[in-house]
Amino acid sequence: MLQITNLRKVFNEGSINEMVAIRSINCLVEKGDFITVIGSNGAGKSTLLNLVAGTFTPNEGDIFISGERVTHWPEHRRAAYIGRVFQNPLSGTCATMTIEENFALAGNRGKKPGLRWGVTRRDHKAFQEKIRLLGLGLEYRLKDRVGLLSGGQRQSLTLLMATLQRPRILLLDEHTAALDPPTAAQVLKLTQELIQEMGLTSIMVTHNMRHALELGNRLVMMHGGKIILDVAGEEKRRLTVQDLLNEFAKLKGDAVADDKMLLI
Amino acid sequence: MSFYTFMGSVEQGLVYAVMVLGVYLTFRVLDFPDLTVDGTLPLGAAVTGSLMLQGWDPFTSLGMAMLAGALAGCVTGFLATKLRIMSLLASIITMTALYSINIRIMGRPNLALLNQTTIFDALAVPAIPRFLLTPLIFLAVAGGCKLVLDLFLHTHLGLALRGTGDNPQMIRSQGVSTDNMILIGVSLSNALVALAGGLVAQSQGFADVGMGIGTIVAGLASVILGESLVGKESVLRQTLSAIVGSLVYRFAIVVALSYQVGFLRLTPSDLNLITAVLVVVCLTIPMLRKRMRWKRA
Repeated sequence: MLQITNLRKVFNEGSINEMVAIRSINCLVEKGDFITVIGSNGAGKSTLLNLVAGTFTPNEGDIFISGERVTHWPEHRRAAYIGRVFQNPLSGTCATMTIEENFALAGNRGKKPGLRWGVTRRDHKAFQEKIRLLGLGLEYRLKDRVGLLSGGQRQSLTLLMATLQRPRILLLDEHTAALDPPTAAQVLKLTQELIQEMGLTSIMVTHNMRHALELGNRLVMMHGGKIILDVAGEEKRRLTVQDLLNEFAKLKGDAVADDKMLLI
Repeated sequence: MSFYTFMGSVEQGLVYAVMVLGVYLTFRVLDFPDLTVDGTLPLGAAVTGSLMLQGWDPFTSLGMAMLAGALAGCVTGFLATKLRIMSLLASIITMTALYSINIRIMGRPNLALLNQTTIFDALAVPAIPRFLLTPLIFLAVAGGCKLVLDLFLHTHLGLALRGTGDNPQMIRSQGVSTDNMILIGVSLSNALVALAGGLVAQSQGFADVGMGIGTIVAGLASVILGESLVGKESVLRQTLSAIVGSLVYRFAIVVALSYQVGFLRLTPSDLNLITAVLVVVCLTIPMLRKRMRWKRA
């Protein structure tokens, strides 16, 4: 489904601020894979997602989606294949527009926006049914501006919007990190349900090792712009938090330096 | 203030409301501060005037003015998106170029349109006197533009345009090219401003290369004034606020010009200074209000 070959991304190349974010990554994501990605700050997790989504273009290497070479496609063209949820719950929706208008944008993802009416009565009904599944009572507030909603509500809507049009790949970039624990748990549950029901190919970056272990069928650990661990299936199921910590200590050659890695 | 001065300010308020709708589209919807309008307003006047002098029909020449305005907006959009020039600077560049272009179009710095058949002659009804007819026509045009804009901003394209100003990252991740949206939005905005320019030229009977100076500031002042009076909760309210803001602004100008303050008597050339002060006041009032609330709390 997604193939990444010899990917390399350097920021500010040739200047004193040069920063190698992705050193060299090769990865094949199978259809239906649900991959959780962990790693310390600066490991290149977010950069990797941004490269797949097309927000950044790589210095070297290629990205293929369903065999199509999309390396140099602009972000908006790639969006036809990709659903995305950002870390900041405010990033995924337009605050000055209503819930149904945001959904209309998502429902039209990957198609040219034309002069058809944005939200028809039928759209309204369909969106209402979708939003009812959240159980947040938002199905009665479709004409409210999204800016009036809480971060958790907005993140739930973003998640629903990302899957409104079935994406070939769903990218989740620490999408629960900015939410309070109960809301985070709720959004995570929704994530799991949506991915399972729709059988979506997904990549989820997280700082929470327990989430990384509990969710998905495959776990990838990144460090210094490289993949240092990639386990799937039965092997992943047997993995424990302690294993991951050991792995980290071993591969880094020192103790886990980043306290964020210790979120268990 | 006499009745005729009052009607004059209503007339001005309504014709410039078309321009304010254009400014609203860039400034508020797209979040793209566009100074091109200072050049597009006289461009609209120049195109309309020159074509009319060559015997074109007054309506078609207005259409051509809109087309010219859209083209000018396209240039600004192109500079800002494809050439990555800062939006403000891109629009200043186009505005500067338009000064020369406008003189080229007219062949000289200004045109007199005396004895030309204008839309007001074409639409004249014997029963309605001219001082009522002109504002009525302007009301119809401004209202029509508002209606079309309201409808447009609720289509898929309109939603994408609004999203581009609100959250460009999100819009790109929904598969919309924000560059294209900026191109479309800025073109549409300048088409409206050029239409206003053409209407002004036809009603005043002349086109002048200097008539656009201060357009953007007047536009911003009107948008902000309108919003503080009408509110900005929905698209329909925002477009209405553009029209109301334009009326109130022109009215305030007429009032300011008709009174003597001490030994000082304001003249039309003081207009830009007044407008600049007005914009500063309008922009700072929300902040001052907030501070007052904090103090009380």
